[in-house]
Amino acid sequence: MKKYTYTEKKDTRSGFGDGLAELGRANPNVVALCADLIGSLKMNQFIDENPERFFQVGIAEANMMGIAAGLTIGGKIPFTGTFANFSTGRVYDQIRQSIAYSNKNVKICASHAGLTLGEDGATHQILEDIGLMKMLPGMVVINTCDYNQTKAATIAIASYEGPVYLRFGRPAVPIFTAEDQVFEIGKAVNLTEGNDVTIVATGHLVWEALKASEILLEKGISAEVINIHTIKPLDKNSILESVRKTGCLVSAEEHNHLGGLGESIARVLALEHPTPQEFVATNDTFGESGTPAQLMEKYGLNADSIVEKVEKVLKRK
Amino acid sequence: MLELQQLTIQVRRDILRMVHKVNSGHPGGSLGCAEFLVVLYSTIMNRNAKFEMNGYDEDLFFLSNGHISPVFYSVLARSGYFDVNELNTFRLLNSRLQGHPTTHEGLPGIRIASGSLGQGMSVALGAAEAKKLNNDSRIVYSLHGDGELQEGQNWEAMMYASAKNIDNIIATIDLNGKQIDGATDDVLPMGSIKDKFESFGWLVVEINNGNNIQDIIDGMSKAKSLTNNKKPVCVLLKTMMGNGVDFMMHTHAWHGKAPNDDQLESALKQNPETLGDY
Repeated sequence: MKKYTYTEKKDTRSGFGDGLAELGRANPNVVALCADLIGSLKMNQFIDENPERFFQVGIAEANMMGIAAGLTIGGKIPFTGTFANFSTGRVYDQIRQSIAYSNKNVKICASHAGLTLGEDGATHQILEDIGLMKMLPGMVVINTCDYNQTKAATIAIASYEGPVYLRFGRPAVPIFTAEDQVFEIGKAVNLTEGNDVTIVATGHLVWEALKASEILLEKGISAEVINIHTIKPLDKNSILESVRKTGCLVSAEEHNHLGGLGESIARVLALEHPTPQEFVATNDTFGESGTPAQLMEKYGLNADSIVEKVEKVLKRK
Repeated sequence: MLELQQLTIQVRRDILRMVHKVNSGHPGGSLGCAEFLVVLYSTIMNRNAKFEMNGYDEDLFFLSNGHISPVFYSVLARSGYFDVNELNTFRLLNSRLQGHPTTHEGLPGIRIASGSLGQGMSVALGAAEAKKLNNDSRIVYSLHGDGELQEGQNWEAMMYASAKNIDNIIATIDLNGKQIDGATDDVLPMGSIKDKFESFGWLVVEINNGNNIQDIIDGMSKAKSLTNNKKPVCVLLKTMMGNGVDFMMHTHAWHGKAPNDDQLESALKQNPETLGDY
């Protein structure tokens, strides 16, 4: 089995900031907006280099989404930056009408997604955003797993015409994907080959899935780990190809089990290849204050939880 | 001037016939804004003949109070964006003329979906910012209902516009004093809208008879002269909901109700055909 290691940890939001800075140099139509969270979103480099292409809107996310929609009409490619909660739930109708229904080329970039923003607690954590965004017709939904993938995704979505939701996080996490990777929207990345179980993970849970696969290997279980960075459109062929071999699947995400990646996979399996599936996700609950590691343990979102769910699904084969 | 008056009467007929046919839609506010949109599209805006979404080097218009789609569709059709016969399809299945305006069906002349209220000013500001980045000196126009100002997003947009010196926008507020549940002053009194805009740093132009073509031309010309002055411009357009149809005026009853056969006949009699019905 291919083994993944890392030498450095970095936050995925820095991948967004560095990707945005590169875009600023490469594409004069790229513009950025922020609702009073420049530092949190790591947008400083872009702003320093392109002050005329940056719009600080203050704490007014609804206005930010509308301005972004309007900017596309003049041929701009706007990237909005704020926390995931304020990028989605707070402005759902603005996104729905002015961006999604109007098919505007806005890139909604959302940091501090899930539980791992930690101590700020449930008002700032969001575990419903993937569901909210994937339900919007025409919206592409991406959740990246490390610094390199986030940077590559940020750059890639500028070349895609249409609304995109890009979700990333706050904590420093291992960098294990390639620096020079080609990010293909809607294409799964097969990380390890295995025969006994398929583990499909997104975002911060991808590294946990890799750790889980090593623990499983010691127990004599061979896991195939697939990184789904694009939840919509979902690469169903990669998933189906894998479960035809392994016969069972565990999905893993930092999100509510209602509306998340796991549900999208379950639909594919139900329609095309009924297969036992277990879900590593939060159980219809809000988060709370705590360190990221404490929260991921309490809410069952780490390697140990994945191992547990694999052992459970194997019995259902 | 006669031409604009004739066009307005024809637009009224279009509005009435459109909502009557499908027994739904919003004639009251549409009739109230007929003169304004006729003047805007005929004499005020600098428009390219061919519709392109990006609207480079032309004035743009955004309708925020999307429920007055009948007047918008009529004026767009009669300004040459699409065949007037398509007005026949208003609110029908598979039509490009949806109940509320949308880009989704590709209807020329429309650049944003609207209907869920309070979003249009932000969109107009974004389009105005893009024009500045593109060194495009044309103006962005928008129209909003007075009741619509109860939506908080407008005030975010108003704050932003003056803070960022957006001076290539003219936002018009249709002050008809009415909304679905009754008089705006009864539903949620907003005090002086003029004072509010001014205190938010906007220049305000008042058009006291927003159903008088000459007054609209004068007021909008004045508003235009105030652009490029580091401040956003607001036009307070006092209109009569249901204007031009005696039984639809002085009431909010026709905000979202269509006339029956007899009422249509009476309304059309008051507005004899000028440029030809669709």
